[in-house]
Amino acid sequence: MPVAEPPGAQDRSRSSEGPQWEDYARCIHCGLCLNHCPTYRLWGREADSPRGRIRQMLLVDQGQLRLGERFVQHMDRCLDCRACETACPAGVEYGRLIEAARARIEQHYRRPWLERAWRRLFFRTLLPHPQRIAQVARLLRFYQRSGLQRLVRASGLLHLLGVAERERLLPPVDDEFFFSCLGRTFPPLGGRRRARVAFFAGCVAQVLFARLNRATIRVLQANGCEVVVPAGQRCCGALAVHAGVRDVARELAVTNLQAFSVDGFDALVTNAAGCGATLKEYAHLFPLSERARAGAFAARVRDVTEFLAELGLSAPLREVRLRVTFQDSCHLLHGQRIGEAPRRLIRSVPGVELVEMHLADSCCGSAGIYNLTQTEAAFALLREKMGYVRATGADAVLTANPGCMLQLRAGVDLFANDARDPAARPIEVLHVMELLDRARAKD
Amino acid sequence: MYSRKAAPRRLERRTLRDLQRLLGPENVLHEPEDVLLYEYDGSVEVARPDCVVFPQTTEQVAGLVQIANRDRVPVVGRGAGTGLSGGALAREGGIVVVFSRMNRILEIDLENQRAVVQPGVVNLDLTKAVEHAGLYFAPDPSSQKACTIGGNVAENAGGPHTLAYGVTTNHVLGLELVLMDGSVVRVGGRTPDTPGYDLTGLLVGSEGTLALVTEITVRLLRAPEAVKTLLAVFDRVDDATATVVEITARAITPAACEMLDGWTLRAVEDFIHAGFPLDAAAVLLIELEGLTEAVEVQAAQVFDVCTRCRAREVRLARDETERQRLWAGRKNAFGAVGRLSPSYYTQDGVIPRTKLPETLHRIEQIGATYGFQIGNVFHAGDGNLHPIILFDSRDPDQFARAVAASTAIMEHCLSVGGALTGEHGVGMEKSELMPRMFTDDDLELMRRVRDVFNPLGLLNPGKILPLGKGCGEIRVQPLPLRSSLPA
Repeated sequence: MPVAEPPGAQDRSRSSEGPQWEDYARCIHCGLCLNHCPTYRLWGREADSPRGRIRQMLLVDQGQLRLGERFVQHMDRCLDCRACETACPAGVEYGRLIEAARARIEQHYRRPWLERAWRRLFFRTLLPHPQRIAQVARLLRFYQRSGLQRLVRASGLLHLLGVAERERLLPPVDDEFFFSCLGRTFPPLGGRRRARVAFFAGCVAQVLFARLNRATIRVLQANGCEVVVPAGQRCCGALAVHAGVRDVARELAVTNLQAFSVDGFDALVTNAAGCGATLKEYAHLFPLSERARAGAFAARVRDVTEFLAELGLSAPLREVRLRVTFQDSCHLLHGQRIGEAPRRLIRSVPGVELVEMHLADSCCGSAGIYNLTQTEAAFALLREKMGYVRATGADAVLTANPGCMLQLRAGVDLFANDARDPAARPIEVLHVMELLDRARAKD
Repeated sequence: MYSRKAAPRRLERRTLRDLQRLLGPENVLHEPEDVLLYEYDGSVEVARPDCVVFPQTTEQVAGLVQIANRDRVPVVGRGAGTGLSGGALAREGGIVVVFSRMNRILEIDLENQRAVVQPGVVNLDLTKAVEHAGLYFAPDPSSQKACTIGGNVAENAGGPHTLAYGVTTNHVLGLELVLMDGSVVRVGGRTPDTPGYDLTGLLVGSEGTLALVTEITVRLLRAPEAVKTLLAVFDRVDDATATVVEITARAITPAACEMLDGWTLRAVEDFIHAGFPLDAAAVLLIELEGLTEAVEVQAAQVFDVCTRCRAREVRLARDETERQRLWAGRKNAFGAVGRLSPSYYTQDGVIPRTKLPETLHRIEQIGATYGFQIGNVFHAGDGNLHPIILFDSRDPDQFARAVAASTAIMEHCLSVGGALTGEHGVGMEKSELMPRMFTDDDLELMRRVRDVFNPLGLLNPGKILPLGKGCGEIRVQPLPLRSSLPA
């Protein structure tokens, strides 16, 4: 049966990447996704559930619902955590649908000027340009270390501006940025080379998570990997894809396809679940005729936990006495369907006790920049999450994505550590790679 | 603006204003673009309310019912909207009362194995809250991870394990109700058998036509000591159905006995990877529960029956992971089958289990007559069928044929001494078929009972009892579709 071309079909015939009627109709409105959607659980509204959002997208697609403020609000409120995809019995690719809806909003809806301005600044002026990220990071570091931050926090100015909570999300900027590692090769340690991998360094991770990146490389080296960090790589484009800024994402993808085109890698490894999911789905950004290259690239992408669990840890591990709980990163569990690999790595460290928390598979509210744009909802989710973390009695929350770490750090500061016995050590937030790095037997 | 022809507005301005005053404006939706998201549920039915409200307390429910009663506006309760018979749809417009914000577990009494919950609590969330103590809530519809206990009560929901443990009504001890005049009453109690009329039994399964339920006291069961799950694979469907008949003839009561036919299991396997053999004609999923020794004995008996009935293979789930995978194949079957076609229609009928073999043949014939592939997934143990008809909702002719085929299946169920619905409820889907199962006198008695509670017919109108119209006149074609998208 031929598929009728809905209005707005022109955009997609150009790239043939947009969802078709069948993609929406795959949703059989059974509602099995509802209770897995964090925003539905928060508000109990159909409009903020996956099923309700799909219905709204379809009606907008058919020209039966106006692409207006309300529609935009419900689409903006989606975390894009894709927990609904895991729950869906019918295989609806919700992530693609929401990303397409946001692309449509980006093209056809005029946001208020302030929003337009910061979106342009963030997605177009800042993210694609490593030098600018570095400049901003230096400014931020000055703010944090000069005593200015303490002064500002104490002044109450932040509360006056209504950004106090968001300011708490500001992570400390690293001493040494990761940019200096681009173009370098790190040899395998302790015996023969078991694999040769290309390392994906990220964008803001290079200034905020340089230590995590170095730890990841050390763990890979210790397990017999030669790690190459190709120069010329850029931001993966995940944040842009999620926001519907597809042209920027596409340009970044082209740059990265080029940067990682060197042959001879067993895998392209990332320690950021959000980046990994996007890299694995690069093909979605291109017209059908141009997908082959992105597909071949995607086939080599591995989350570092996935890669190491598959390869098997060869480095000796020393005991780390720690009670931990694991927060699934949405784009690892729901986006890449990887849940067991990080847990297996955690359990392999002697002395570590893994206690599962309630709803570990539900978003912490980080969701890219959701915690900045939808702060209230993000913090409501975070507060709930911290209750579950506390209930495990864990000394550390582990996760597999830098974005989640930022949110969880704010979470333990705001909602968990205060309630703890002052004598106890504060709850730590660690990436699985940082735990493995800590357990690396120093020689 | 939403351009589809809107239902005539029946809501007076003062109704809306008073609802907003009572609940707060943010808890009253009335704009077309908001209420259109409550015109569907898990079924193929469509009906749009005029207004949707989100109460948080029993008092608010009582207050809104008084407003509706005063202004003669229909009131329809809704949980998660996962129902399969249109029970939560406002067939005649009016107010849809969504219980998603009344979702607290009010009390858990582990020693006495009971819990008190608000209607919006999700079925599986209750089990998760008590499983640490080895307890669980027995009704397990396939939608249990999303559906609400309030909805389970309204529809008297079942699930695979009803074979051994009964349906929702067997697990409800008492209810708090808001009657149509706004009064709040309690029926039943906290013990299994309360004196006087069994009003709890009357209310459970009344599909929101007698009262709105605002609190539910449920029984919790102790998880069995041992569970064994067997997968029996057959090369002929008749052998599978004969096995079901033989298991019950031998007085073995499995906790669940589910069947998937070959076509359905292939669709499921492709997506879920449950481990079903792709060339099988049918599989039975048989679960045995109880004391370890008893389960061992029963498993041996079931194994014997399956082999005698020419099962090609009988496989025992080795561990919990494998067991969960097999069940995932069963519980996600409808959705997985739905992937094969833009729309699907899940039927729900009951037959005496001895009629299983001939019924499956009849369904096959009906499929051929109307030109559909009809899949079969069902609770074989209690003869509760779920034929799945795949169609394309954009094609009005296909939709009409799907409805006709489904009616033919229902007629067959009735002709062999079965029933119109096992667990999905009558809703608006089957109200017009009720006269085929009950006499006028039977229906009149039901009508009189309803009138005691709901004299003005404002509570969920158009459900259960027939309106006396032909199906063709009242069925609205389901979304997603519509003339803007020619098929």
